[in-house]
Order: sequence, then C-alpha cells, then structure tokens
Amino acid sequence: MRILIVLVRLAWRYLWRNHRRTIIMLGAIVLGTWAMIFMTALTRGMVDQMIADGISAIPGHVQVHGQGYLDDPSVTRSIPLSDEEFAARFADAGFSAWATRVRVPAVITSERESRGVTLLGIDPAAERDFSFVDYGAVDGRFLESPEDSGIVIGAKLADTLETRVGKRVVLMSQDPDNDIADRGFRVVGVFEANMQAFEEGFVFVGKATAQKMLRMGTATTEAVFVGDDYRNVEPVYDKVAAGVGDAVTVSRWTEVDTYLGTMLKTMDGFVLVWMIVIFLALSFGLVNTLVMAVFERVREIGLMLALGMKPAMILGQIIIESMMLLALGLLIGTALAWASIVPLEGGIDLSAVGEGMEMWGASSVLYPKLYLEDVVLANVVVLVLGFFASLSPAWRASRYEPVEAITKVG
Amino acid sequence: MTAVRCIDICKTYTQGDVDIKALDHLSIEIEKGEFVCLMSPSGGGKTTLLNAIGGLDIPDSGEVWVGGQRIDQMSKGELAELRLANIGFVFQAYNLIPVLTARENVEFVMQVQGVRPAERHVKSMVLLEEVGLEGLEDRLPAEMSGGQQQRVAVARAIVSRPELVLADEPTANLDSHTAADLMELFVQLNEHHQTTFVIATHDQGVMRYAKRLVRMRDGRIVDDVQQNAA
Ligand SMILES: Nc1ncnc2c1ncn2[C@@H]1O[C@H](COP(=O)(O)OP(=O)(O)OP(=O)(O)O)[C@@H](O)[C@H]1O
Ligand SMILES: [Mg+2]
Repeated sequence: MRILIVLVRLAWRYLWRNHRRTIIMLGAIVLGTWAMIFMTALTRGMVDQMIADGISAIPGHVQVHGQGYLDDPSVTRSIPLSDEEFAARFADAGFSAWATRVRVPAVITSERESRGVTLLGIDPAAERDFSFVDYGAVDGRFLESPEDSGIVIGAKLADTLETRVGKRVVLMSQDPDNDIADRGFRVVGVFEANMQAFEEGFVFVGKATAQKMLRMGTATTEAVFVGDDYRNVEPVYDKVAAGVGDAVTVSRWTEVDTYLGTMLKTMDGFVLVWMIVIFLALSFGLVNTLVMAVFERVREIGLMLALGMKPAMILGQIIIESMMLLALGLLIGTALAWASIVPLEGGIDLSAVGEGMEMWGASSVLYPKLYLEDVVLANVVVLVLGFFASLSPAWRASRYEPVEAITKVG
Repeated sequence: MTAVRCIDICKTYTQGDVDIKALDHLSIEIEKGEFVCLMSPSGGGKTTLLNAIGGLDIPDSGEVWVGGQRIDQMSKGELAELRLANIGFVFQAYNLIPVLTARENVEFVMQVQGVRPAERHVKSMVLLEEVGLEGLEDRLPAEMSGGQQQRVAVARAIVSRPELVLADEPTANLDSHTAADLMELFVQLNEHHQTTFVIATHDQGVMRYAKRLVRMRDGRIVDDVQQNAA
C-alpha cells in the first residue's frame, strides 16, 4: 500500500516534468473522449427520436392482439376481451397510458385516386398523450369522440388523393364474414407528422364508427400500453401478460416493429465500436508518449532498480503514469462533453442541412441525449484498453538493467 | 562472520574485437565490520567489482556471496530485495532521482522499504544535517551543486543503516574539508554499528581512513594490506 503512494508520487512528478508532451497528449485524450461522448449523444438522440416517433405512431410499448393477428391483421382476429374487461383489469395498473383500437388494412378512394392505408379506429381522448398526431396542429380539426363520423388523413395522402378538408372519401375493407364493408366519410382534418410514412399510411376514424362500418360489434383488434421508458418495457409487459391470459398474444414493441427493435440493439454495438475506433486512434499517441517517456528515463529507472525497486514496481509506476494521464483526460473530456451537450438538449435544428433525413425516419430537429451508461462506457473503454496499451512500454521499462544506468557517463 | 566473499570471479567486456578483462580471476573476502578502500588506476576494475558485490552485474564465472547468501544465481527480484534490505549504494556517475527533492531522495529507499512517514522524516532530516545540507531539503537535484548532490547520495546510502555500504568515489566532487567530514561519518557508523564499508577511490585523503587497503590493476588484486586508520 505504501509503495503505491511512492509510485503515484513518482508517476505524477514525471508526468509534469515534460509539460509540453503531457499537455499535447492530454489534449488528444480530452478531444477523443469528447468525441466519443458527444457523437454518441447525437446518435442516441437521433435513434431515440426515430424510435419514439415510431412507437408513438404504431406500437405503444406493449401490445395485445388476437391470436394470429400479427401475421394476418384482419378483423376476423379481433381480441376476445371487451373494453369493459380491459378497463376493469388495467384502469388502476399505473400505466402512463393505454387504449384499445380497431386497426385493419383498408383502401381509401377519392374522386381521383385510391390508396392502401391502415385504418385506425380510435378513442381520440384515450390516445391524445401518445399519438404522433398533434391534435392542436391539425388542419381542420381532429376527431372529437369515438362516434365522430369524420375522417382525419395525412397531408401527404391528401396530396396524393387530391382531396382536402371538407371533401368526401370512401373507405373500403372487410367485415368478419369477409364481405365488403365500406362507408363514405367527410375529411374533417389533415395532419402532419414527423415521418412521411405516417402521413401516407394512416387514417383516423372514430372507434365506434369503425366498429359499425366493419360490423364487428364492440370488438377491437389491438390494445396498446405505454410505460415510462421504451428501453425497459419488461415491467409493463409482465403486468399486461399477467392481466390478459392466454387467449391473446402479448408483444413488446421490439417484436412488433422489428426494424426499430433491431435498430435499438444495433445502436449499442455501434456505440461500442465507435468508442473503440476512437480509442485505437488515441492509443498510437498514448503508446508513443509512454515509449518516449520511458526511453528518456532509462537511467533513472536503472537507478531505482539498483536501489532495490523490483521490476514489478517499475511496471506499476509506468502504468500508473499512463492511467493518471488517461483519467485526467477523461475527466476533462467528460466534463467538456457534458458542458457542450446540455445546452443543446433543447434541440439542434438540422432542417437546413438535413433535407431528406425525414425520409428514413429521422426528424429535422436533433435532440442530443446524454446517457450515464454511455459516459461510463466511454470511460471504461479508455481505461481498460489504455491499461492494456500501456503494458508493453511498461514491461519494457521494467526489463532495464540497472548497471547500464549507473555506469553510463554523461 | 564474512560479509562479502568473491571466489575466482571473471568479467570480460567485449568492445569491437578487443576483450577487456575488467575482473580477472579475482578472489576477495571481507569480514563484517571491515572498512575497505579499493584503489586502482582508472579502468582497474573497481566499479565492476562493486557492481558484482551489489548484484548489479553478474560475473561471467566465479561465485559471489553476500551476508552468507550466494547472489550470482539469484533472480532480479531476489537481488532487488537483497539490495533494498542490506546494501547502501553511492554510485560513481548517476545517483539521484531528478524529480524528487533532496529529502525525498534520501527517503526513497526507506519509502520502498515501507518505513512510516514520521520515522522517515526524522531520520532523513538528521542525516541531511549531518552531511551539511540543512536548509536544502526541498531542492531538486538540478538545483544543487555536484558536491551537494553527492552528499545527498551518501545520506541516502546510510540512512537506513544497511549492513554493507558500497561507495564508488563518494568524495569525487567534494573539497578536502567536506570529504573529511563525510569520512568521519562513515567511520562513526562503522565503529558504532559494525557497518561494512567498501569504498572505491583515487583520493589519498580517503585512503587514510581505511583499515584495509586493496590495490587493483587490470582486474586483479595486486596488494592487500591492513593499516591503522588515521
Ligand atoms: N559497460 C562496459 N562496456 C565495455 N567496457 C567496460 C564497461 N564497463 C567497464 N568496462 C571496462 O572495464 C574495465 C574496468 O572498468 P571499471 O569501470 O570497473 O574501472 P574503474 O576502476 O571503476 O575505473 P575508474 O576509476 O575510471 O572509475 C575498463 O577497462 C572499462 O573500460
Ligand atoms: Mg569506476
């Protein structure tokens, strides 16, 4: 233990003997750490938002469907539980939000065009909090109740169909007996969404209106539950699974939307790879710095060995020196990253440079997201890999012959 | 008791195509408590012999025993332990750790030994005063003269009371007065604590203090006499 104090003091003094080199290396570590954390926060923010948008549009964190619905989303595979039964089981369960819906494929036809869409029959009050549609920003108005007889469509779809608020469209789908079910609607609202795909693919009608049109009584095809954190949906999943029984399928959002689910998983791997790549760039400088620091100290190391330090202590001294340098760089780099991310958490507007990002599901305002796990990961990556990178120069230093040091003159 | 025993040791350095016999079938035995001066013309093998005794350099052949242990077959770690616990060194060319102050240099060996800070502190201050460096405790080696540095090295070599002190030209950079003071210090330690001294020197003044004079030439002992110390 005492020897550690000696080694730490020596390491610290040696670190500052050559300020210039230490400061340059420190700068590189600071920059590398900053880049690791900052870039990770940007990417996390981007993916978070893609996922958040995606989830709010479609899945909800956990979903319940009739059996077979996910493979064949038809009205015949509705959920064998009534809204009353859902309410009885989950009204006090503590979810952030939940709702039941009618969700089936349909064809929408205007005077000029037809398109395949997903029909969402919803209770607008129940979904207000997690819908991707900002009810207040709809051109016209949003649905007002489950019995609303109007339809709300996306701006992009309205363009394609060459229709607008006040005009009529026809929705066509199948009823549980596989007969054609259709109905005319007046377009009461046109919404805009972060993602084009949503504007093109989803139309909203009242839940009761949809049930009547599809001749399905009070049945629904989908129940969605929203918890606090989309990254950790297990508590919600467990509660829902326990509440609904075996006659239905319970899925996490990652299972329903495999694209987004895979993306979230890939992200973790990507972040690690990114950090390691930056570290590799840093490690060249680090190893080089250590090799030089050791080389210019051949005689001093020899002297310490001659006085009775064991080779292992020399090894320790060099590694401690390297760890100190890294720790100091990490500290400053992390602080700097934090200081540069926090002011940006309100969002970075990329609409000037980011045309087209919307197409693949990113919105044009980027909200960097600093996760403690990422900060810890960056620090651990640098310290652990830095330790291994220091081993070779440190080992070489510990192999010096004391006699060379004390007999060499000059 | 025998403090140091070298049996027929040889050390050959090869420089270009020339073989230099730095030690040539040399044998010597030194009892505990002896005060030995090694003398030779430059290049006579004094430093090489001290290094062999200190386990810093392994002879090509022959045996080296220190304090009853054979050291020429020890591992680096064992040698380091032996040096740390039993031997105090003053080297000829390079002695102090440049990033440590005078006091820290004196305390260095004790620190590695694990001596408690308070004890270390007292001992180092006392010795720095004895070698005439009071007031310079916090200077770095670069801020001291060659003679002052040498005295710090001497203080370090004896501060932890080793059984054996190997000193290579300990008075090289000192005026005759300071040199005499240092030698008095050595003699005192030698007489009160039975510390064994082996000192390599050119300095006539130093030789006066020796109880045994060993003259070397070309890696061999050519003369070995007891004398009455001054
Ligand atoms: N590392 C080395 N490489 C080659 N030759 C060496 C080496 N060390 C010592 N020698 C040679 O070995 C011989 C003995 O050297 P040593 O240093 O032991 O002499 P010395 O008596 O200490 O001399 P000085 O009084 O000048 O210090 C010399 O001829 C020297 O040149
Ligand atoms: Mg010499």
